[in-house]
Amino acid sequence: MLFGCIFVPNFPVAAVLRAEPQLRHQPLAILHGKPPLEKILAVNLLAESSGIAPGMTRAQAEICSGLILRPRSTLRETTTHAALLDAAQSFSPLVEDAARDTILLDLTGSESLFGPPQIFAGKIANLLTQFSLEARIALASNPDAALLAARGFPGITVIPPGKEADCLGSLPVEVLFVRTLEDANKNSAHENSLLDILDRWGVRTLRSLAALPEISLSERLGQQGLSLRRLARGLSHRTLALFEPPLHFEEAIELEHPVVLLEPLSFLLNRMLDQLCERMAARARAAQELRLTLELESHSPHNQQSINNPQYFRRTLRLPLPILDAKLFLKLLQLDLNAHPPGAPIVKIFLAADPAPPRPAQGSLFQLPAPEPEKLELTLSRIRGLVGEQQAGSPRLLDTHRDGTFQMQPFEISESATARKTSAQLSPDSSPDRIAPFPMTALRRFRPPVGAGVTLEQGQPVRLICPALNSAAGGQPCQVLWKAGPWRSSGDWWEHDAWARDEWDIALQNETRIALYRLVHDLLDGGWFVEGVYD
Amino acid sequence: MPAITSAAASRRHFAFPSDAEPGGQGTPPQRIGPSTDRLSDPRLAEVVPASRLQSRQPATMAPTGIAELDRSTGGLPRGCLTEIYGPASSGRTSLLLAALASATRRGEFCALVDAGDTFDPPSAADAGVLFQRLLWIRCGKASSKSAQPNLRGNPSARTKNKSYHHLDQALRTLDLLLSSGGYGLIAFDLAGVCLARQVPLTTWFRFRRAVEATPTILLAIEDQPLAGSCSSLLLHLSAGRIEPQASAPVHARLFLGIHVRVQSERSRLQRKPASPAALHTSFFQTSFFQTRTAWAG
Repeated sequence: MLFGCIFVPNFPVAAVLRAEPQLRHQPLAILHGKPPLEKILAVNLLAESSGIAPGMTRAQAEICSGLILRPRSTLRETTTHAALLDAAQSFSPLVEDAARDTILLDLTGSESLFGPPQIFAGKIANLLTQFSLEARIALASNPDAALLAARGFPGITVIPPGKEADCLGSLPVEVLFVRTLEDANKNSAHENSLLDILDRWGVRTLRSLAALPEISLSERLGQQGLSLRRLARGLSHRTLALFEPPLHFEEAIELEHPVVLLEPLSFLLNRMLDQLCERMAARARAAQELRLTLELESHSPHNQQSINNPQYFRRTLRLPLPILDAKLFLKLLQLDLNAHPPGAPIVKIFLAADPAPPRPAQGSLFQLPAPEPEKLELTLSRIRGLVGEQQAGSPRLLDTHRDGTFQMQPFEISESATARKTSAQLSPDSSPDRIAPFPMTALRRFRPPVGAGVTLEQGQPVRLICPALNSAAGGQPCQVLWKAGPWRSSGDWWEHDAWARDEWDIALQNETRIALYRLVHDLLDGGWFVEGVYD
Repeated sequence: MPAITSAAASRRHFAFPSDAEPGGQGTPPQRIGPSTDRLSDPRLAEVVPASRLQSRQPATMAPTGIAELDRSTGGLPRGCLTEIYGPASSGRTSLLLAALASATRRGEFCALVDAGDTFDPPSAADAGVLFQRLLWIRCGKASSKSAQPNLRGNPSARTKNKSYHHLDQALRTLDLLLSSGGYGLIAFDLAGVCLARQVPLTTWFRFRRAVEATPTILLAIEDQPLAGSCSSLLLHLSAGRIEPQASAPVHARLFLGIHVRVQSERSRLQRKPASPAALHTSFFQTSFFQTRTAWAG
């Protein structure tokens, strides 16, 4: 049996340092409580060496020059805890969420995959470093021994089977009563009285506690005493309370000062995307959809109603294929925010990803070359920024007789489109199964149709005034050289946008040549217009 | 025979025909052109021996989907710029749709940069274009960030500005598509764009360089030739005859299609014949094809 424990000391500090790694080499203290009664909750080593200690008031801490003060952020701690769980899940599916800063893992049978325990622990530490977390790792034959070792010893600790008592012996008895962040507010009088009793007996290390006679300890401290002795001897055996973290990837940042410009926002997004991608990579997932939510600053800070009902700006990037590329995501978000700016300063950033299994990278031998999906998405975003949101895509004909009706769809390179499929499989509705034996005469459609003045004789167009078609003739009428029609059609008479029209195919003298046009007479409003040219 | 490409060779009209290292041991290379001693002339330091010049592979041809045209030109060359020009109703768009249908049916992904926003999806569906493999970019709609100068009260200036806007979007889009790669055919429809002649030759040269050594066909549809020597194949289309059914009464007439005359005005895919007579007969090939309307049956 092999169990592991990941313990992040000073968790509130670690959560802040994960979001702001540039503070790693500066004295940092975390404040807790409501102003002006804020107190120091946690400090890093540099702040501790400067004389800052938990429990000090803000005014006391501010005497220290160069000290960085940050308010405690439960948002950051939640995302850091989720990252910790993701890191643990990448090594073992059997995970116990012991506390916000402590994760226990059942690593039995994983040695063949990750190597001997020392190397195994090193791999866990490396992954956590990638997650910007400095954690203590301990491996032992039972979960409680691993937990005590992780809380008591810095760095990586590997306890060989049967040596638990020897290894844990040097730890102070206080390690048995380490209170988690969740228990910080609970009554600790009973624990303090137990510690006092052990102190009066001269029992200050686990070795001393383990050496106490079992029956005498039971007579004085009851079952709790025996339980503490078993823990001190490293003989406690229990099963893990397994926890399966949901596949939910979200990162959040609460900003001290509102962000107005896109550049600093990109800097923050870059860091969040890196962390999000690392978490998803640890769980072998890629992003199918990215959701960015920005909490905007209210216009009137003194208005209580606007504070209680914050404004949110939401953008969603739907990706054609599961992708895991932080740089690409950043570029896409930048282009999207360029096209759709939030409109107000940003105070909080939430970034979530919908996970999906990553697509296999290797295509088939007989697959035709196609644009790379990642590159294509970026190119399409840039093109949409140039020409407009709905101006780039694949057309789809609608099931109507109204002429020229179509809908733009996103251009996606799906597996089915890449594979060599028959035309019937690809487009059962819009295109014929076989390519036409003759090249089809195409219409070049004028958008919008060009209005024209038409002279009729016996109900047929004989002359046309349309300066847009024949600029050389100016406002002079053009003789209709040839015509066919009318082809009458109508529809949607039961709707508000009913249509009824007569179509004529006409030939006109276009400068020195003859060109063929489609002339349309709108029967509802009586107007004439040229819809396009046959080419 | 593969064509020889080298900037140095194009600047100077001579090269070393043998494989021998210039200035090295062995038989001194025989020089063609000026009798200047290369070793003593520092201007010749960058002249590359012919054996080291890159040889361009002959372009592979892809069918246009029109048998008559494929027989005369061999199809559309990959990795090259092909220009198709002609007046309105000369069959340019029909040829474009046939090429798009052929490429999408082969399983290739195609892109159409529509500078004038004149593409008609029903016509394309009739021609057999598979929309799942077609990226259509409609230029002309002002994006939110583009600045629109105030040209109120000056209609011609406004039209020109609109056309310039279309063209600018189209050129930028084409740049992006060419740099992303992976397309079998990229069509650039400039027909009817009045300022298309203002596209500088350097831009066309850039497009040609971007598409070189890729399997992409770059097809430009225009009113008149624009790319000059940058295009490898230049086809001039003109309407030969319209099938008018002039004898039938107006209500019984049908527009059946257009007879199109295609003249290959330039092809860099083959070496020019030596004699002017042969040049006239074999190089400027003319072919005909006929388009049919969807209702012609």
